[in-house]
Amino acid sequence: MPELLKKVLNGDVRGIARAISMIEDQIIKTGTSEAETLMQDIYPHTGKAWVIGVTGSPGAGKSTLTDKLIEQYRAEGKKVGVIAIDPSSPFSGGAILADRIRMQRHTDDPHVYIRSMGTRGSLGGVSNGTREAALILDASGKDVVIIETVGVGQSEVEIMKIADTVCVILVPGLGDDIQIMKAGIMEIADVFVVNKADKEGADKVARETRAMLDLLKDKSWIPPVVLTIAEDGSGLPELVSKIELHKKFMNDTKAGLLRIEKRTNTEVETLLLSRLSGRVEQLWGTYKSDKIKDLLLRKTNPYAVVEEIITNL
Amino acid sequence: MPDKIRVVIAKPGLDGHDRGAKVIARALRDAGMEVIYTGLRQTPEQIVATAIQEDADAVGISILSGAHHFYFEKVIGLLKEKGAEDIIVFGGGVIPEEDVPDLINMGAGAVFGPGTPTGTTIEWLKEAVETNK
Repeated sequence: MPELLKKVLNGDVRGIARAISMIEDQIIKTGTSEAETLMQDIYPHTGKAWVIGVTGSPGAGKSTLTDKLIEQYRAEGKKVGVIAIDPSSPFSGGAILADRIRMQRHTDDPHVYIRSMGTRGSLGGVSNGTREAALILDASGKDVVIIETVGVGQSEVEIMKIADTVCVILVPGLGDDIQIMKAGIMEIADVFVVNKADKEGADKVARETRAMLDLLKDKSWIPPVVLTIAEDGSGLPELVSKIELHKKFMNDTKAGLLRIEKRTNTEVETLLLSRLSGRVEQLWGTYKSDKIKDLLLRKTNPYAVVEEIITNL
Repeated sequence: MPDKIRVVIAKPGLDGHDRGAKVIARALRDAGMEVIYTGLRQTPEQIVATAIQEDADAVGISILSGAHHFYFEKVIGLLKEKGAEDIIVFGGGVIPEEDVPDLINMGAGAVFGPGTPTGTTIEWLKEAVETNK
């Protein structure tokens, strides 16, 4: 067994950290990278951890809530992995990753692993290696993996492809219910959290959210709405029990299993797309010298060229 | 594309002056690095655990309290203990020049005093990470 794989499976912190860096640095595109071999080896050891997504607008309290979730799960004796994503600068490619400031009290707990990731150009609220990082933590023996997305607006929905239970954090004071109704963020929630419940308007947000859920077409799972004050931990036990309820729904009902199947579908499609996009440059490269002149002289057209390339695949 | 440089910027102990740490964090970000910022009042144990979990290439310690001797020794010692002595340790803040050789002897890569242009730190760090590979 390769050394790195062995370390990951043994829960060795350095091994896990190295493995995640490897998949971050080698975006899955070629099929021959070390990272891909590692993921193929790791996959059979996954499927044990429950992956929780924590998403919501900047300042909604995602990091503080994550910190409190760690506390809850640790009290139950569960091992916890955390992936906290912050935006990379589109200008320098660098990033300041500071979500863990709110979780530092768990840093020297040997059963908690916290990893910060930069989005590195990915726009969906997570980074390109987030799914793989979650799988690595799963294989390393964590019972729960919490993914904290970047502060999302209204369309960063990638987390639903990765997490088993998506918690969408709402807070009072961010506008009326029309904001929540707009496409995207509403549809991805398995559990709604109205955080900062001690602030004025929290009840109204909860009420409006529940009212909106009446209009759901698929009533097999109606996302519960939980009021929390992450700062002092109020509502956290209820949140954990709702997540547990959702886990039961996913694992024990036909509708839940159907959702898991749909997600696996998406997972393969996403990988396939990423691999194919890696081949685009190479494919076009073999045709380029042949076609570019004709294209410039308008003797042929891009549509015909693409059709020809695809037919000859 | 070369692997991204990841740096932990930490403030140990009780002094609350984090301006310097924030300035260097931003400068490193603008130089294309990923900076993991831990916030204030970190214990050496927390700093070392963070560096290992984050697979950091380097740890930058900012100290203005005068306790640099203690913290450098502790952090470098703990890294060794965990088999992570390949992680570079460097520092900045208010550290008297005559104390610097001592810190370097302990295993610190470099110490940057007040007024050091951020470019100097960036260049040094890039080179140190490169030669460390």
